[in-house]
Amino acid sequence: MLNTYDFPEFAYVQSEEQKTGNPVRHTVIVVGAGPVGLTAALDFAAQGLNVVVLDDNNTVSVGSRAVCYAKRPLEIWDRLGVGARMIDKGVGWKLGRVFLRDEEVYTFDLLPEDGHKIPAFINLQQYYLEEYMVEACEKSPHIDLRWKHKVVSLHQHDDHVELAVETPDGIFTMEAGWLLACDGANSDVRRMVGAEFTGQFFQDRFLIADIVMKADFPTERWFWFDPDFHRGQSALLHKQSDDVWRLDFQLGWDSDPEVEKRPENIIPRVKAMIGDDVEFELEWASVYQFACRRIDQFRHGRVLFAGDAAHQVSPFGARGANTGVQDIDNLSWKLAAVVKGDAPLALLDTYHGERAYAADDNLLNSTRSTDFITPKNGASKRFRNAVLSLAKTAPFARPLVNSGRLSTPTPYLDSPLNTPDDGEWNGKMRPGTCAADAPISVDGRPGWFLDLLTGGFALLALGVAAEPVDAGAFSPKLIALGTDFDDPDGLVSTRYDAGGGALYLIRPDQHVAARWRNFDAEAVKAAISRATAGAIR
Amino acid sequence: MSLTFEPNIESPDDFYELLTDAQRDLSDEDANDMNARLVLILANQVGSLADLKMAIEAAK
Ligand SMILES: Cc1cc2nc3c(=O)[nH]c(=O)nc-3n(C[C@H](O)[C@H](O)[C@H](O)COP(=O)(O)OP(=O)(O)OC[C@H]3O[C@@H](n4cnc5c(N)ncnc54)[C@H](O)[C@@H]3O)c2cc1C
Repeated sequence: MLNTYDFPEFAYVQSEEQKTGNPVRHTVIVVGAGPVGLTAALDFAAQGLNVVVLDDNNTVSVGSRAVCYAKRPLEIWDRLGVGARMIDKGVGWKLGRVFLRDEEVYTFDLLPEDGHKIPAFINLQQYYLEEYMVEACEKSPHIDLRWKHKVVSLHQHDDHVELAVETPDGIFTMEAGWLLACDGANSDVRRMVGAEFTGQFFQDRFLIADIVMKADFPTERWFWFDPDFHRGQSALLHKQSDDVWRLDFQLGWDSDPEVEKRPENIIPRVKAMIGDDVEFELEWASVYQFACRRIDQFRHGRVLFAGDAAHQVSPFGARGANTGVQDIDNLSWKLAAVVKGDAPLALLDTYHGERAYAADDNLLNSTRSTDFITPKNGASKRFRNAVLSLAKTAPFARPLVNSGRLSTPTPYLDSPLNTPDDGEWNGKMRPGTCAADAPISVDGRPGWFLDLLTGGFALLALGVAAEPVDAGAFSPKLIALGTDFDDPDGLVSTRYDAGGGALYLIRPDQHVAARWRNFDAEAVKAAISRATAGAIR
Repeated sequence: MSLTFEPNIESPDDFYELLTDAQRDLSDEDANDMNARLVLILANQVGSLADLKMAIEAAK
C-alpha cells in the first residue's frame, strides 16, 4: 500500500476484566482512537482523570484523510505535549492560488501575524498525527488504550453506562461513569442512543488521491475551477510531508465511484494535472461523497459526543479534525470538574451550548464553500462562473471566490459562561474568545504567553495590582506582568488592550471569561461562579 | 436604508438602450452570463448587505 509509511500494528491485549468477567466501573471511557478520541485521552489525563480508550481497529488512520491543521488545534496539541513533533514533521504553508481554466485569478496569503509560537497552518498526513498521539498515550499512566475493542451495544443507567464490547476473545461487559463517543461520522454509539444526525448531502463525488513525487511545485494550495486538464470540474493540489501530495478531483454526481477508483483511470487524470513527464507513484486513492451534518445534542444522558460523531463537514476548509480537537479543549475541564464533584451538571450542558454553536459555524462555512464548488443549479453555476471570470481583473470579486474558508476558532461570544464587558475595550480579546499568544520573557529567558496558561483558571494582571482570589477548586493562578513575566515586545499589552491596565479571567481552555480595568476580588469570584455554571458561591 | 425605488437612473431611455443593445447579438446563454456579471458589479456598487437583501426580495 503506502510506500512512504509503515502502518504500525498495535497489540491487542485481553483485559483483566474480560478474563475474569468482573466489570470494573471506569471513570471515563472514550470510544474511538481517531484524532479526536486520542486528543480526549491526552487532555483527560492532563486533567488527572483515568481514561480507557476503545478502538475497533489496531492501527492509525488508513487512506487519504486529513491534511491541514490550523493554529488553534496545534496550540491544544502543544499544550498536551505533542504539537512540536507534528510541526517538525509537517509542512508549513501560507499561500493559496485559485485558477480558472489555466489562468490564475486570485492568490490568498494567510498572512500569519508575527509573534505567535504556532504557525497558521501545517500539512501532515493524518496517520502521523495519530501515531504521535498514540505514543504519547502509551507513556501516560492515566491512559489505557485497548485495540480491537468494538462497542456493540450500550445501556444507560442513572449514574453510569453499561457497554457490550467485542474483542477477538468474545463479548464482555464494561461500565463507565461517562462515555465519550469519538467513533467518527458513522458513529455506532450515536445510533445506539437514538440521536438524530441531520443536515445536507452534496450531490457530487470527489476522487482523492495521494501520490509520491519529487517535483518542484511550490508548497502552496492550488485550486482550479474548470481546469483545462479536467474540464467542467474542480481540482486541488497540496503538499504533505515525505514528498506526498494530495490531489483532489471533482467528478460530478453521475460518475461511477468503482470505475473512478481504478488505477488505469486515475493515472491519466494525475498526468493531465502534473504533466506527462513528472514521475510519480500512486499511494492511495478513494472516492468520497461529502455531507454537512450535526447531532441534535452533544450530551445524551451520560454519553457525550465529539468530533465527526457529533458533526461532519465537507473537507473544503479543513474543519473536521480541527474543530473536533476544539470540542475536546472545551469538554475536558468541564467533565473533570463534574467528575470530581467540583461543578454541577449544568457546566457540562454548556459543552453542547458552546460547541454546537461552533459546529453550526463550521457547517455554515463548509456548506457555503461546497455550494460554491458544487453549485446546486444552473443559476448558481452561472453566478459562480461570473465571480470567477470577474475575479481576474476586478478585485471586488475576489473575496467572493470560495474554494474553502480555512478553519479558525469560533468565539463563544454569546456564551452564558462569559461575564459581559463593562466599559470600552479595543482589540479581539472579547469574552468567549480564545486567548491570543505573544512572545514574553520569564526571568530574562524568551518564552510564549500561552505556555503560562496551563491547568486551571488564570487571572492575568497587566498593570493592575491584583491579589490571589480564593475560589475553592477553581482558584485562579495569578499571572502578573512584571512579576511572573515580562512583555519585551509589548505585544501582550497590545493584544490585550492593556494600555490603561487590564485584568483578565481566563478559563482552563484558554478562553477569556471576563475582564476588568481594576481588581475587585468579589467581581472575580462572581465571574468564576458564572464561568463554572455556579460551582462556587 | 439607502435603496431607492423612486426614479434614480440618470437617463432611463439611454440606459435601457445601452442594456438591450449590449445583448442584441448574444445568445440567451451569453446574455445570461453577462447579466450575472452585471448583477455582481452592481451589487458591489450597492455594498450594504441590508440594501442587497431588500433588492433581492424586491426582485423575487
Ligand atoms: C478526504 C478528506 C480530507 C480531510 N481533510 C481534513 C483536513 O485537512 N483537516 C481536518 O481537520 N480534517 C480533515 N478531514 C476530516 C478528518 O479526517 C476527520 O474530521 C477526523 O478524522 C475525525 O476524527 P474523529 O476522531 O472524530 O473520527 P475518526 O477519525 O473517524 O475516528 C473514529 C475511530 O473510531 C473507531 N470506531 C468506530 N466505531 C467504533 C466502535 N463501535 N467501537 C470502537 N471503535 C470504533 C474507528 O476505528 C476510528 O479509529 C478530512 C476528511 C476527508 C475524508
